[in-house]
Amino acid sequence: MSQVAFLGAIEVGLVYALVALGVFLSFRILSFPDLTVDGSFPLGAAVAATAIVAGWDPYLATALAMAAGAVAGMVTAFLNIRFRILHLLASILTMIALFSVNLRIMGRPNTALLQEETVLTPFLGGSLSAHEVKPLFLAAVVVLVAILVARFLASEMGLAMRATGANPRMARAQGIGTGLQVYAGMALSNALVGLAGALFAQTNGFADVTSGVGTIIIGLAAVILGETLMRGRSVLIMVAACIVGSIVYRIAVQFALEIDALGLRASDMNLVTALLVTVALVLPGLGNPVSALLRRNGR
Amino acid sequence: MIVVDNAAVVFGRSTPLETWALHKVDLTIPEGQFVTVIGSNGAGKSTLLNVLSGDAPLARGRVEMDGIDVTRWPTTRRAGLVARVFQDPMAGTCEGLSIEENLALAATRGTRRSLGRSVGRARRADFAERLRELGLGLETRLTDRMGLLSGGQRQAVSLLMATLAGMKILLLDEHVAALDPKTAEFVLGLTNRIVSENRLTTLMVTHSMRHALDCGDRTVMLHEGRVVFDVGGEERRGLDVPDLLRMFSRVRGEQLDNDSLLLA
Repeated sequence: MSQVAFLGAIEVGLVYALVALGVFLSFRILSFPDLTVDGSFPLGAAVAATAIVAGWDPYLATALAMAAGAVAGMVTAFLNIRFRILHLLASILTMIALFSVNLRIMGRPNTALLQEETVLTPFLGGSLSAHEVKPLFLAAVVVLVAILVARFLASEMGLAMRATGANPRMARAQGIGTGLQVYAGMALSNALVGLAGALFAQTNGFADVTSGVGTIIIGLAAVILGETLMRGRSVLIMVAACIVGSIVYRIAVQFALEIDALGLRASDMNLVTALLVTVALVLPGLGNPVSALLRRNGR
Repeated sequence: MIVVDNAAVVFGRSTPLETWALHKVDLTIPEGQFVTVIGSNGAGKSTLLNVLSGDAPLARGRVEMDGIDVTRWPTTRRAGLVARVFQDPMAGTCEGLSIEENLALAATRGTRRSLGRSVGRARRADFAERLRELGLGLETRLTDRMGLLSGGQRQAVSLLMATLAGMKILLLDEHVAALDPKTAEFVLGLTNRIVSENRLTTLMVTHSMRHALDCGDRTVMLHEGRVVFDVGGEERRGLDVPDLLRMFSRVRGEQLDNDSLLLA
């Protein structure tokens, strides 16, 4: 594998580490299987790209993309809590709706950012080349976000959110407003995915309305892989596992694509990911981290 | 002090399956009293506890705690006044969280939760001290997952959790029913100690007539959503299990199937 391809894999892995953190928050912490991410990822990309093209500061545009993601997550939570629509279905409804919303935001299926100023602009032009700056910048963002998420989960508020997902009845008996926790958790989760979308658009130079397809499965694969590689119950380890899982997954994919004997193309990735996650799901045994991931404690 | 006034609870209202879980319950419990609640299956014991915790909305009547009308308060709002231990040892704790995290959840019950660390050094030392008093050796296992504990240990921790934050009323929902006799005795002893040390107003639902008479200072029997008798003080001190059964059949004017009550 060439150095450029390797750094590229790490770069994409870091972007999707943010998705993995979001998926971890919804699936793992809240026990809320959330497919909104397939819509909120391109939403983040669309909002950031459109705002940047309209002349916004790229950092403000990225913050706006996070806010848009948070709203998307809250819509799903609203459908689930207020109208008692099954969480899976509620998130699919939001995801489908977001496809149209994203087209409206951009006014066209994709937006190019090649000549625009991005969050990376201040760091370019130095001694490092673009393909080195991108992973370094993303690593800094991901580490910062991960520390904040881990610190939040260790706080009293974060503990209330974990209890909501683990045992909602007990949580209510302890005075925790479980509805509010789901809103907050879903907003946080999708804000992270929106951030991932915004950074994806800026590091790749475009936003595309179809870029969200399979985001949830990639995020889930990263979470599962991370949990298999790093076992431990402390929040710091769980959060770090999402990042490690995402990067290792991307490097493995890159590796598989470069082995000509396998005959894989980049377009086969979703199929391969789906197969991998399926295999992980049906693996027998108590130690299977996936069955634990999808097992829900009665809500 | 708890006042339950003319309370009625109905499930599946205006449907063919309409069920009145509570018909008309009037109950006044003075501060610090320990009341045991008995009755056959479907008598409305758990519904009464749910009415007090806020889990079952009233179709009629009102609930007052410490002079405040809490009838419309949801469970979360009542958490500052009411603590509850469930029948199922799994229900009252989070098995995926550690012992200290479960305790931290209870320690912040009914208060505003901050962004500060949930388990700091001071809190950990306090938890260890309180766990040591249980005499189960749990003080060295603060970071163990709750799911690793036995049913009895979990109920003991649940009781401890109930006392961590300020509250006035303790609700015990058949909290020893899932335990073996020896563990049940231990948890009951612990219950009596905690209730008397903290002078808590307590309602304990039980299926055991023995426990109902041995614990607390007043016994209430429910049947088909009504209080059928209510004994305390001198009168109760002289009672034994057969007396209780006799009283029950007299009040109801029907023969009771003893075994179903004793063994259920």
